[in-house]
Amino acid sequence: MSTRVPLPLWVDVALLPLLNVLLAFIIGGLIVLAVGQNPLEALNIMLTGAFGSGRGFGYTLYYTTDFIFAGLAVSLAYHAGMFNIGPEGQAYLGGLGVILIALPLNGMHWALMFPLFIIGGAAFGALWALIPGVLQAKRGSHIVITTILFNLIATPLMNFIISRILRPAGVQSDESAPIEMISRIPRLRDFIPFFGSAPANLTIFVAIGTLVGFYWLVWRSKFGYAMRALGHNPTATRYAGISISKMIIITMVISGALAGLVAVNHTGGAAEGRLILNFVGGAGFVGIAVAFMGRAHPVGVGLAAILFGALTQGGLELAFSMPSVTRDMIVTIQAMVILFTGAMGDMLRIPLERLFGRFSSAEAK
Amino acid sequence: MQFFFDMVLILDSTIRLSIPLLLACLAGLYSERAGIVDIGLEGKLLGSAFGAAAATAVTGNPWIGLLAGVGVAMAFSGIHGLASINLRGNQTISGVALNFLAAGLTAFLGQSWFGRGGETPPLTGPQRLSPIQWPYAAELGAFADNADNNPLLRIPAEIYSELISGQNILTYFAFLAVPLTAFVLFRTRFGLRLRAVGENPKALDTAGISVTLLRYQALVITAVLVGIGGTYLSIAQSAGFTPDMSNGRGYIALAALIFAKWRPWPALLVCLLFGFLDALQFRLQGINFAVVGQVPVQFIQMLPYILTIILLAGFIGRAIAPKASGIPYVKER
Repeated sequence: MSTRVPLPLWVDVALLPLLNVLLAFIIGGLIVLAVGQNPLEALNIMLTGAFGSGRGFGYTLYYTTDFIFAGLAVSLAYHAGMFNIGPEGQAYLGGLGVILIALPLNGMHWALMFPLFIIGGAAFGALWALIPGVLQAKRGSHIVITTILFNLIATPLMNFIISRILRPAGVQSDESAPIEMISRIPRLRDFIPFFGSAPANLTIFVAIGTLVGFYWLVWRSKFGYAMRALGHNPTATRYAGISISKMIIITMVISGALAGLVAVNHTGGAAEGRLILNFVGGAGFVGIAVAFMGRAHPVGVGLAAILFGALTQGGLELAFSMPSVTRDMIVTIQAMVILFTGAMGDMLRIPLERLFGRFSSAEAK
Repeated sequence: MQFFFDMVLILDSTIRLSIPLLLACLAGLYSERAGIVDIGLEGKLLGSAFGAAAATAVTGNPWIGLLAGVGVAMAFSGIHGLASINLRGNQTISGVALNFLAAGLTAFLGQSWFGRGGETPPLTGPQRLSPIQWPYAAELGAFADNADNNPLLRIPAEIYSELISGQNILTYFAFLAVPLTAFVLFRTRFGLRLRAVGENPKALDTAGISVTLLRYQALVITAVLVGIGGTYLSIAQSAGFTPDMSNGRGYIALAALIFAKWRPWPALLVCLLFGFLDALQFRLQGINFAVVGQVPVQFIQMLPYILTIILLAGFIGRAIAPKASGIPYVKER
């Protein structure tokens, strides 16, 4: 057996994730082939659907915004050694925060409303993550199980709030009263007509800013240092005089706040402009895949979010053009991305290390 | 009086609702005792429910369905083992990926194969695993209906005819699996090694016993149990597969496992308790209560989850997981 040599940086951060995603796509393609459809045609429809038009690209950016927030939420907890599976529920509750601020102030100019939406969404997302955080810190309840249970509780709770309390009289579908146009976050097409009818809005700039802020928080701030220390070695962290339970709670609160921002994009954005039943639609779960593919680093999360945004938009076009290939095919591919990049990361790493080890020893001779 | 007969009916549905939970919980017991966390139980339940219903729908034979259900759980366990035993990957992530995979694949393949929005065709009559009538159950049942004046005679008759008789073969298997698990785990050499590999794999390795082999054996038992649980969901409890029909049971089973502190008999009690809460939940829908009036259905739906959280947070004392659970074993080089 040849000795294991550390891989060059570009292989580790770029080539390896790319190969893993490629593997997920190849297996996805084989499954499409197995049900008697042409995978290349499917890929072509997806790419055209995601990038082929201004409208398609605008939709891709819209989903990308969601996935940046959800991916960062999972990433942040992961740096502290925790696995937050709850962004789905946290984002859903975030919608309640946005609408509770929007409805009393309805009609105010969007420039004033926008920051308030962010505060409302973040606060309610944080609240929904606070309880599992406290339970983990004080009672030792496992965060994975409690956040899953909180997702399961969020659905009927929001179902009740939307259909029984927020739904205005005379409206048939389960949704809140609309936010007035002037108060909604403007779409990109209001500034650049290229985007057509796409719902991408100014929230994407908040997402990009959050990526930068995330980098500062995790790698440049004292809090981030303590958080990463907790993730690497809880015992040493305690001996260093850092309160573990306080760190767990604060980390979960910030993580939930990030997830809550997904709601700003939807509920406060001009596309929906109201609180709608099940608006999160799995974006919180996609965040898990985005975080692992992006190695919990903002650059990686940004790129992975674009990939999954394109996958989502392309997948919807695919379901429209090839009815026998449903949206669930995309969930399957996402699952395999999580599997290959998150849990089976060493499967391709070991052969690659051998390959590069052979190259470097050949050079040494 | 009426209360007791209602109770028998609630207990009957308690048993029906507990079985998939119990099988998943015992399945998790084997893998966690062997040092492998299995968040993927939910996906295995869902996947095997689909496999069982799809195979039965195509062949018309529920036993082939059972084989297919266990087969799907085996395949999932194989992936989980490869990721967490051989590649030493993160077990939680692997489990989450399996849950996604099950959700996506069952809906996708279900739609492609049967074109019914992800459902399998409805199964009827001999295509399902039907209840087994015990001797004289029908007679005793008829007797209970007539002997309404003597509760001392009627209640045992009801219990025999409604609760003990008329259950499914998988139900009897699930109840049998509890003492069997207790015996295997605490009275056999295999069980001793299984528990040891979850506490201190290095000691076993030093004794010349393969950690890898033992953990795979545990995963095989896990797959058989959870596969039968999934099969129960789709071809015994229901008449076919519907998307997302596992509905969080895999996660509740994990919570039950923690609550039972990784022991088989307490696992049975906790799963019966959760099944009872679930049965009660169905009963409470639409009933008017004294002070609050009719409780919205959404709150009753939340009840089992909220109680699970309260139980997990408050009443179990310290639950100490097997020490090596969740940690990949690295042999010294």
